[in-house]
Amino acid sequence: MAIPLSYVARNLWTRRLTTALTAGGLALVVFVFATVLMLDAGLKRTLVGTGEHDNVIAIRKGAETEIQSGITRIQANVIETHPAIATGPDSRPLVSKETVVLISLRKIGAQKPSNIVIRGVSAAGLRLRPQVRLVAGRMFSPGAAEIVVGGAIARGFENTRIGDQLNFAQRDWTVVGTFDAGSSGFDSEIWGDVDQLMQAFRRTAFSSMVLRLADPDRLDGLRADFEADPRMTTELKRERTFYSDQSRALSTFINVLGLTLTTVFSIGAMLGAMITMYAAVANRVGEIGTLRALGFRRASVLAAFLAEALLLGLVGGVAGLAAAALMQFASFSTTNFQTFADLSFRFVLTPGIAAQTLAFAVVMGLVGGFLPAMRAARLEIVEALRAA
Amino acid sequence: MFLLKLILRNAFRHRLRTVLTLTGLAVAVLAYGMLQTVVHAWYAGAAAASATRLVTRSAISLAVWLPASYETRIRGVDGVKRVARSNWFGGIYQEPKNFFPQFAVSDNYLDLYPEFVLPEGERAAWMRDRKGALVGRQLADKFGFKVGDVLPIRGTIFPGTWEFVIRGIFDGADSSKVTNHMLFHFDYLNETLRKQKRRTDFAGVYIVSIDDIDNAAAIAVNIDAEFRNSLAETLTESEQAFQLGFVAMSDQIIAAIRIVSYVVILIILAVMANTMAMSARERTSEYATLKAIGFGPRFLALLIVGESLLICGLGGGLGMALTLPAAAFFKNVAGIFPIFSVSGTTLLSQAACALAVALAAAIVPAARAGRVRIVDGLRAIA
Repeated sequence: MAIPLSYVARNLWTRRLTTALTAGGLALVVFVFATVLMLDAGLKRTLVGTGEHDNVIAIRKGAETEIQSGITRIQANVIETHPAIATGPDSRPLVSKETVVLISLRKIGAQKPSNIVIRGVSAAGLRLRPQVRLVAGRMFSPGAAEIVVGGAIARGFENTRIGDQLNFAQRDWTVVGTFDAGSSGFDSEIWGDVDQLMQAFRRTAFSSMVLRLADPDRLDGLRADFEADPRMTTELKRERTFYSDQSRALSTFINVLGLTLTTVFSIGAMLGAMITMYAAVANRVGEIGTLRALGFRRASVLAAFLAEALLLGLVGGVAGLAAAALMQFASFSTTNFQTFADLSFRFVLTPGIAAQTLAFAVVMGLVGGFLPAMRAARLEIVEALRAA
Repeated sequence: MFLLKLILRNAFRHRLRTVLTLTGLAVAVLAYGMLQTVVHAWYAGAAAASATRLVTRSAISLAVWLPASYETRIRGVDGVKRVARSNWFGGIYQEPKNFFPQFAVSDNYLDLYPEFVLPEGERAAWMRDRKGALVGRQLADKFGFKVGDVLPIRGTIFPGTWEFVIRGIFDGADSSKVTNHMLFHFDYLNETLRKQKRRTDFAGVYIVSIDDIDNAAAIAVNIDAEFRNSLAETLTESEQAFQLGFVAMSDQIIAAIRIVSYVVILIILAVMANTMAMSARERTSEYATLKAIGFGPRFLALLIVGESLLICGLGGGLGMALTLPAAAFFKNVAGIFPIFSVSGTTLLSQAACALAVALAAAIVPAARAGRVRIVDGLRAIA
């Protein structure tokens, strides 16, 4: 027969201070664990959300980012006129020839400037990215020195309100609108007219091209065609793959650092749980003897103490998770090592992360409680009763 | 003496509990020390920067190049001693995870960096070979490079596979210098680009050495004034400010590591406070007995604080002692940070944290023991 759960819960309640301190230690570890997972999930969602499934990006072979890449006008024309490219309602090909340049901007309150992507897009560029919506002001007009800024830029950087002017490449550029890119990587970018920007930066070649395929399955055929064309030095990648590749280094870094830390920290918290549970056993030797004398089996005693450790872990887990959930209101911005540009992303709590976090807390409780519970179960009835 | 003996006996009364607490403390203090060292490692480049060097780059951003013609114009600015060119190559050796920086530099580059020591013969051999490259000692040790090795490197900014022949290995003048990079002739890059009919004669940044540190700010302003309103405006700053710019790019990551290093202290504070609270609670009747035979609350407080200090001192000391070998191990295994040494400040702050935890954990139990009424205390059950 099992020992009632209420006995277990009331034991924890009786030693409130100890329970709170132990659960507090567990909660802090759980908090770190959860925020690391949330950060990684946020990074992935941001960069995966940046790519559209049907879109293909063309960059120069060997280049890993758009900054390093270059596509000549001849190559751009070859790509643009290929029959595999979808056409828009105006029966022009759905292709955006883009130029990507990094400029230095100062974050609000920061001493040092950060690198920001400024992207020149063609008219079709917006149609190719349906997740980008204008939230304030208007779109830049082609042929004018006007720019629109992403949400993360407008919130985090100086001089990026509508009507402000940014000076770079020997010109003043007027901010005429703010767009929301649904928390994708474009949120950390500034957009303008490609021809204006290329002229200003004295560029003769585009950086990359984004194209929509008439039929998503024709990518391999398109690749083979360009492979056979001696003029072409370009490489085609699905936009999703391209952007998720760019998050790899940062994501690995966050994961390795975060998980090493949580492993080390969890040792401390598990030792805490173990100390608490050993004390709980030591203080209740008489009680345990009585329970055994009443007819409860060793297994029941073991189960009761394990349940107590598990409950302790769960309390810590829920507290840590609740604190981590609050982090969803914060955002994080750092330089992506691969693109060398600033990227802003949020902490994202998914049900999977919540489950993982709680499981982690419970496991910490169980590992910490196992040896003490074994000791409790091993006690001899007579000796235990005498000790009381 | 009696007090000390009592503290010692008390501390090791529950041997298992004390050992567990000690281990937890050691792990936490170790983790704190490692995290502080990681933060320091981030600043290693800036710490090693020289005050007599300025860096001139494009005002737009580092990714935009400057014309090669600027070199002579910068040299003409008053107070400038030498000008060298450095260009980020961004190549990949075998696979992306083998990342190390490569710079295409002008031949006089090493004259500006006296902290990199290269044997005269190797330098001459490098000068003779257009495809020659120099690698730092840390880099050579990491991959086992030797003089004479041929390095194939795949370019990302400059397409194609480039072959370099290692002609020399340079050492840092002291252990704080980062030598995990590779240098090669800018001319090799330039000539190859000319053959490919791509843009040539540019510089990523100019390194400028100056005669007088006090004039650094004025010289920087003068250089930038030289190119104001030109097609490529410049931004000149001290080498240290330039390096700190890179650190600032990951400032939120560094801030997160800092916060987390305090979280580990909080975790261990919870464990330690719990241990002390449990011990004090179990000994309530003992404290009452001590009071009954005439010891005052001050004595009880000393007893509890002393025990806490003893445990934290042992655990903290163990953690600190482990930090040095752990850092050496981490440096060899991970190899992310070229400079990864534990500083004196780190050790001091570890000690300070252990002390703070000891005191904070003892406050509540000591106050309680001091306040407990003899009658209640004698009646108390653990």
